[in-house]
Amino acid sequence: MIRTTPFHERTNALNETQLWSHWSGYLAADRYQMSDKMEYFAVRNAAGLFDSSPLYKYRITGKDAEAFLAGVLARDIRACAPGQAQYTCWLDDRGFVIEDGVILHTARNEYLLTSAEPNFAYFEDRIGRHDVTIEEVSDDIGTLALQGPRSRDLLKRLVPQMEKIPYFGVANGEIGGAGVTVSRTGYSGDLGYEVWVDTADALHVWDTLWDSMEGHGVLPFGLAALYMLRIEAGLLLLDADFDSSRFAWNDSHRSSPIELGWSWMFKDLKSDDRAFIGRKALEREIADKTSRWAMRGLIVDWRDYDRVYNEAGLIPPKDHAPVQEDWMCYDDDYQRVGYATSFMYSPMLQRHIAIARVRPDLARLGTKVNLEFTVDHHYEQVAAHVARLPLYNPERKTA
Amino acid sequence: MTTTIPTRKRPTTKRPASTAPSKGSKLTTGSTRASSRSDRTYDAIVVGGGHNGLVNGAYLAKAGLKTLIIERRHLVGGAAITEELRPGFWFTTFSYALSLLRPDIIHDLELTKHGFMPLLMSTLLAPGENGDYLLFTQDHNQNLKEIARHSKHDADAYDQYTHDIEMVCQAIKPLLDMVPPDIFSDDPEELMALAGLGSRFRKLDKRVLHNAVRLLTGSAADFLDDYFDSELLKGYLASSSIIGTKVGPRSQGSGLVLLYHSIGEHDGEFGSWAFHKKGNGGFTQVLARAAQAYGAEIILESSVDSVITKNGRTTGVALADGTEYYADTVVSALDPRRTFLELVNPRELPDDLVENIQRFRFQGTSSKVNFALDGILDFPPLGQKPDHFRGFTNIGPSMDYLERAFDDAKYGWYSQNPYIDMAIQSTIDADMAPPGKHVLSCFIQYTPYQLRESDWDTEKENLGDTVQRTLERFFPGFGDLVLQREVRTPLDIERTVGLSEGNIFAGEFFAPQMFFFRPAPGWSQYRTPIDGYYQCGSGTHPGGCVMGAPGKLAAGEILKDRAKARA
Repeated sequence: MIRTTPFHERTNALNETQLWSHWSGYLAADRYQMSDKMEYFAVRNAAGLFDSSPLYKYRITGKDAEAFLAGVLARDIRACAPGQAQYTCWLDDRGFVIEDGVILHTARNEYLLTSAEPNFAYFEDRIGRHDVTIEEVSDDIGTLALQGPRSRDLLKRLVPQMEKIPYFGVANGEIGGAGVTVSRTGYSGDLGYEVWVDTADALHVWDTLWDSMEGHGVLPFGLAALYMLRIEAGLLLLDADFDSSRFAWNDSHRSSPIELGWSWMFKDLKSDDRAFIGRKALEREIADKTSRWAMRGLIVDWRDYDRVYNEAGLIPPKDHAPVQEDWMCYDDDYQRVGYATSFMYSPMLQRHIAIARVRPDLARLGTKVNLEFTVDHHYEQVAAHVARLPLYNPERKTA
Repeated sequence: MTTTIPTRKRPTTKRPASTAPSKGSKLTTGSTRASSRSDRTYDAIVVGGGHNGLVNGAYLAKAGLKTLIIERRHLVGGAAITEELRPGFWFTTFSYALSLLRPDIIHDLELTKHGFMPLLMSTLLAPGENGDYLLFTQDHNQNLKEIARHSKHDADAYDQYTHDIEMVCQAIKPLLDMVPPDIFSDDPEELMALAGLGSRFRKLDKRVLHNAVRLLTGSAADFLDDYFDSELLKGYLASSSIIGTKVGPRSQGSGLVLLYHSIGEHDGEFGSWAFHKKGNGGFTQVLARAAQAYGAEIILESSVDSVITKNGRTTGVALADGTEYYADTVVSALDPRRTFLELVNPRELPDDLVENIQRFRFQGTSSKVNFALDGILDFPPLGQKPDHFRGFTNIGPSMDYLERAFDDAKYGWYSQNPYIDMAIQSTIDADMAPPGKHVLSCFIQYTPYQLRESDWDTEKENLGDTVQRTLERFFPGFGDLVLQREVRTPLDIERTVGLSEGNIFAGEFFAPQMFFFRPAPGWSQYRTPIDGYYQCGSGTHPGGCVMGAPGKLAAGEILKDRAKARA
């Protein structure tokens, strides 16, 4: 039996399309309105509300919590003080990425970690002699993401601390009398917050929040809009842009964090003496420059794109619906030099864009590659240029 | 649709808050203007800061020309402006939506860097008589079911119609992006271009070519009658055939207007419209920022009196206050009447051009009535909520309704049951009105510039009442929601924006005034008989709507001429 999230009573009533996906065993709305693009624009222009409750959530407590996490997470958790959050990843001992997630440092010796897939056994099996308890609290906590330029002003009327909370900050507050944790995080690449609430209070918090936002152009948004937002924001999706090394059949399905564009997580690696899983391999990769790929954005040359369609007598499609599958990139000699894994037409950028990995020697911004499409039932190559991720990055996100 | 214009007398002491220039921009006004002659010398001067003037100036500046854009009013945008006429309520005074803007302008001028943001208009509501309605959403199959409620035949015909129109649009679209060849020239380059055009059409499928000709020359009614039975559906579709033009859906020539409005696109979808963030005034502010980023200077509150000419070529412009600015390239973004008969002395021009411009048809026929509302409208069949107002609402319940509205105009009066294209823009962009409040833009037709035995100063508020009465009929209780009303007649458009006779396209969309003939035979390539003096307004090919193509194509010709002169 498919499960429903703690907000389902409300999301169900709002879902005009009755389109749902199954996400980690829960119903998750694909889109609420007839138009996912409308929901997307609500986020970019006002604010949108997303029910992200199906994410896996683990509470990690105990006096050794930090020491434990410093050993299993690749990014240095010691830099994440109470009241802060961190985007992190964990590696296998060959330096390949298992998964990524956001971790909140909710209180001294208490953390909350999210992940897309179950990782309970993985972490528990690595506790060893640490004084640490891990609980899976996925069903105990509902999460709501309020994302978009108006999110701060809307939320601070209920939770005044939101005025000051920095990017990736965490604060406790109340919404309608119910205790909530709020983090300035999200998956939209915009100014945004996530509200963490006990399941029992979920509907009450939804109602209080929802009613307070009437008339502000806020829409609930579903997975379709979320994927559009996250591609523009250059935020990777497990099983689309990378695979977990735990379940890969061979190394071409494995990625190092450097290959995924996360080298910024390790900029203080030299001064950090942790012995975390995958460290040696990671250091070797950095020192020997053995990364196979560089993660980049691609911006498709619009004239070239229109040209191939016009020559075929077709209207060049500008479909905002993300296609999360492999698209080959070639050089002018028809050698494969990379592949895109997420592709869409971006209404904000007015271009077709992709998240792609390219050979490190072609990673310089502006480098041209040829992206392969099917046009009129045959393959066509269209020029695309390497760009920095995120492709859409408004100042307000971190301001 | 590009629309019109506003203002009754603007208080001279207090300027309405508007899409204000950003801080630190190079916008200046007359009082702070530079004084030495060399400071007032430019490579190019653009007269008029409407959207085409801005596009033109931006392209010229991007090409490295020291460019000055001179605007008469206190804000750029021409008819594409957004004004805060009541605190928190932003009115798209005239032009109110975006569709025909050429995609290459977005990219060439890097508009997304400057805030370009075309928001989706996701619904279309067409109320009928007696509580009937058509509601289109972004779900195609649901739309077909919606049509089937009215006619099962039409539900099937609709896809065929859309496909046929799109085939014509795809064939015609390249014309919007090209300089019309000069059919009166023996220049081999022009002959080649003409031959290219001929061969393009010769390659077209018979059905597509025939449909194109039927649309370019015939009536929308004839075309639509071939497909549809439902009066409500035909009323909605035929509405696009009259916008901004003094034709009824049964007039020959309305097909051309229908085609124009179908050829617009939003994110690659023909016939789809967008609402730019903060309206078309928001859009022209984006253009201004882009132009300035390329180095163009914009001066406001500076009225150009005339273009200075010497020995058949231009040397600059003179403002009404006597200040002169110098450049060997001067571009008029004004309409053809002002470009040829007012900015320069017609005696310097060939007689046939002067005659052609004198008989160029303007005859504006559209008005705007804008409202600030205390809440959302009640449409009883669907309820009092914003969901079905996230796009246009089309008051034109049948072709008869539209044609009768036109009948009034034929005899010199405004429609007693007018066609209204409504948009509650605050449902699309929450920044347009305070929470829970709304702004409603109403495009009105027909309101002929020339009234018989009266004038617009007398009839203005009566028109507002007529519109309000019509809205009350479809949305009971409408009047109780009205906090403020703004009426902009063709005369207001002319007075405020300067578009002759208030024509929103800077000249009627009639076949004899299009392509090779816009604005006059032999002068469709943005040049004028005066060396260095160019035209780039909507009175040139491909015409009005917030398309930007005239500004862009004119810039191309100017740069070509300058390159030739250097060679």
